Amino acid sequence: MSEFVFLYRRPATSWTVQQMQASMERWQAWFKKLEQSGHLANYGQPLEPKGGRVVKDKQGGYSDGPYAETKDIVVGFSVITANDYDEAVALTIDHPIFDQNGLIEIRPIFKMS
Amino acid sequence: MKLDSALFRREAARLLATLTRAFGVANLAVAEDVVQDTLASAFEAWSYQGVPPHYAAVLTTAAKNRALDVFRRERTARKFAPEVGRLIESEWAIGPALDAMFLPDALKDDELRMMFTCCHPRLAEGVQVALVLHLLCALGVDEIASAFLVSPAAMEKRLSRGKKVLAESRHLFELTAADFVPRLSAVHRALYLLFNEGYHGASAHAVLREDRCRDAMRLVRLLVDHPPAATPATYALAALMWLLAARLPARIDQAGNLKDLFEQDRSLWDEGLLAEGTRLLEQSARGEVLTEYHVEAGIAGLHAAAGAARATRWGEIVALYDVLMRIRPSPVVALNRCMAIAQHEGPERGLEAVRAIEDASRLAAYPFYPAVLGELELRNGRTEIARAHFQEARRLARNDGERRFLDHRIDECARRARS
Repeated sequence: MSEFVFLYRRPATSWTVQQMQASMERWQAWFKKLEQSGHLANYGQPLEPKGGRVVKDKQGGYSDGPYAETKDIVVGFSVITANDYDEAVALTIDHPIFDQNGLIEIRPIFKMS
Repeated sequence: MKLDSALFRREAARLLATLTRAFGVANLAVAEDVVQDTLASAFEAWSYQGVPPHYAAVLTTAAKNRALDVFRRERTARKFAPEVGRLIESEWAIGPALDAMFLPDALKDDELRMMFTCCHPRLAEGVQVALVLHLLCALGVDEIASAFLVSPAAMEKRLSRGKKVLAESRHLFELTAADFVPRLSAVHRALYLLFNEGYHGASAHAVLREDRCRDAMRLVRLLVDHPPAATPATYALAALMWLLAARLPARIDQAGNLKDLFEQDRSLWDEGLLAEGTRLLEQSARGEVLTEYHVEAGIAGLHAAAGAARATRWGEIVALYDVLMRIRPSPVVALNRCMAIAQHEGPERGLEAVRAIEDASRLAAYPFYPAVLGELELRNGRTEIARAHFQEARRLARNDGERRFLDHRIDECARRARS
């Protein structure tokens, strides 16, 4: 088994209260399914879509960003266990983010072999 | 934890009412932003590990913190409600003042006051209902527009016109105000229209329409629970809603087809709602005033009491429709009265009554006007004429549910013609 980080990317959206609840329930259902099948190593966290700083040198020089207007900003992450890429990709099926103009970046956690 | 599908909307309405009291009605837009922000951060956080059990307290704290920020940032730039104006002059007093505003009892009153505020006498009924949906049911512009079958741009205009009138008043409506009684009638009317939009509305989404019924029931419940607002008319309106809502499970069958009162499987009627509706109806029967809600609830009560369409006391229903025609006449009420007459005295008498409807021209676009003609002609055995009426009704139908219902009636005409 290997561990993969799922990075959720989605443009900033302005939703109605009803849409927020509907989205939340779909995300929860997706997590629940993964947890029940033993593929969820760590729920992870959502990230603030606004703000952020990119530090560029050891003197603390930085630039603001990434900006919320940026397409496909990272809005959260989780850690998933799967046998290989194929299985990891299969686990993203029916994730609600694809109905929200978003995508999922899958990165394997480095493992010494 | 199984979530109620209206949880976010209910919490949003609760927070908005109190924030509007804190900021003043003139700053409604600021309050709306704080609510939007609060729920946006909650839904992101709860998307992962679920909604915490004490979610209401979490939301309240988050909203309060944001409100505090607004006060600190804008206390010189904005005019806030007079009652907080003095408090926010000193930094240390803001927090406790806000804490007091967010106590549970105060919260409940704020929603009532918001409801009365939306029913401002200078606003048309349609604008009042739209405001209630927006501010007390937390629906977005597009969602309200689709419930009323108007364009989002038109609804946006209607809402901003309404908010402009609201912003002219400094406070939320006081529940002790001299015009409490007339304002209460306006609130009744708005909630009645909201419920009707759900029950008889033109929107094609049955599930969304049921949400509207439940919204209206939640709001009328606030009136019932607040003694000065719990008048006989309030009880009658609540009874009407509960008795009609009891029939909702039977109104649409498993294939998604609309069922009229005569074909409904009455064993599907919700007994809990019927019992509560009957209790509310009994409580409405005190005092001298007879409102249209009493009469309509009375009719619904007679249907509820009958085990089958055939066993209904139709004579009493006709008599109640006669009363309704006196206190709130409308072509739709007249049409319903004709159906009751047909049940009581036969289809021919029903048809005579239809022909006698005054200003029937107002029913020209209403699909159930030709549908009633079709139904009565069918019962009379004139299948060809009946079919023509149903086809006319189908042409006027407003959604797929109505179209399917009328297709079945057209098929029925063909079936009877053959046999």
